Amino acid sequence: MSGFIKGLLRLRRGPWEMVASVLIAAGVVMLMQPIWITLYTWSFVITLTGTVMFIIVSHFPE
Amino acid sequence: MTDTPIDKAAQATPEPLARRIRGLSDRSIAWIFVAPTIFLLLAVNIFPLIWTIRLSFTDYRVNRPNREVEWVGLRNYERILTDPDVWATMQATAHFLIWTIVLQVLIGFALAYLINKKFRGNDLWTTIIVFPMMLSPAVVGNFWTFLYQPQIGLFNYVIAFFTGADPASFSMIGDVHLAPWAIVIADTWMWTPFVMLICLAGLRSIPDSIYEAAECDRASKWRQFWTITVPMVLPFLMLAVLFRGIENFKMFDLVVQLTGGGPGNTTTLTSIDLKREAFEKWRTGYSSAYAVILFVTVFGLASIYVKALNKVKER
Repeated sequence: MSGFIKGLLRLRRGPWEMVASVLIAAGVVMLMQPIWITLYTWSFVITLTGTVMFIIVSHFPE
Repeated sequence: MTDTPIDKAAQATPEPLARRIRGLSDRSIAWIFVAPTIFLLLAVNIFPLIWTIRLSFTDYRVNRPNREVEWVGLRNYERILTDPDVWATMQATAHFLIWTIVLQVLIGFALAYLINKKFRGNDLWTTIIVFPMMLSPAVVGNFWTFLYQPQIGLFNYVIAFFTGADPASFSMIGDVHLAPWAIVIADTWMWTPFVMLICLAGLRSIPDSIYEAAECDRASKWRQFWTITVPMVLPFLMLAVLFRGIENFKMFDLVVQLTGGGPGNTTTLTSIDLKREAFEKWRTGYSSAYAVILFVTVFGLASIYVKALNKVKER
């Protein structure tokens, strides 16, 4: 866990890609879940944030 | 005097042109070759994407080109993301996507595993199984519409044979509970062979020596399956899921032909809804925002999936 946080602080690719992936996955689940419309409303913002973050952090050093 | 093809081409080049090319660096020549492709990509892919994003912030209607276009900001996105009907199409798409992928992967892998065994008529069976994939989705949709007919359809009689129910007592494409499954079954029938072919390529790429080594170590068939077959086929299987996932997210033709999005809106997938908004209601700005939302979703999913695929390949 501390390695993960250290990676985040040092702007390393692996942990940041993990954060972006979790955001994208959460956004897609929120978009398609049948339970709560508020989650659906915010899904696009979450997915977009994750996707833009993924594109940026994929240029970070390993 | 050398006579290689390069020398011949050099001799055939007119002197003024040759002099001009001689003055260019390798990098410049590379750019000259690549430039037409880059230009085409920008014109065909990037420009429409940027234009769609721009339109998504307006109330533009393509059927009223002379009307003044108003900048509406994020209003189109707000409408889509608070509309319960659009939310329902997302759920219908999720149902279709999840079940088709699960069924196609399970059945496709099982068929590939069986076809990979050496038996008589192996090639003939492969051709027969691959046959549905060669048909047009419109033909498959029409064909399954007949199969699902409650009065004369073969599907109802097969179900009746196994369950004892009256064949005319249920309608696969007329019932709100059964229609989502009707499109899942038709798509699975059509595209399972595609998954099977990819899995078959994966299975045939595993060297026999690995299984022989496992036999020497007295590994059971079950253990060989989980420790050799599955890990080595996994990258292929993930590739099949990626292809089918992207394709099914934008599924249109088969479902339109089969159910037309009905009964009610139970089989209205996002692509069908998007087409209605864009080309029946002519709400171009709104439908552009809809398309951007779908694009970001597919792009995001594909990004994390490709990352996962690369990790599996590295292993």
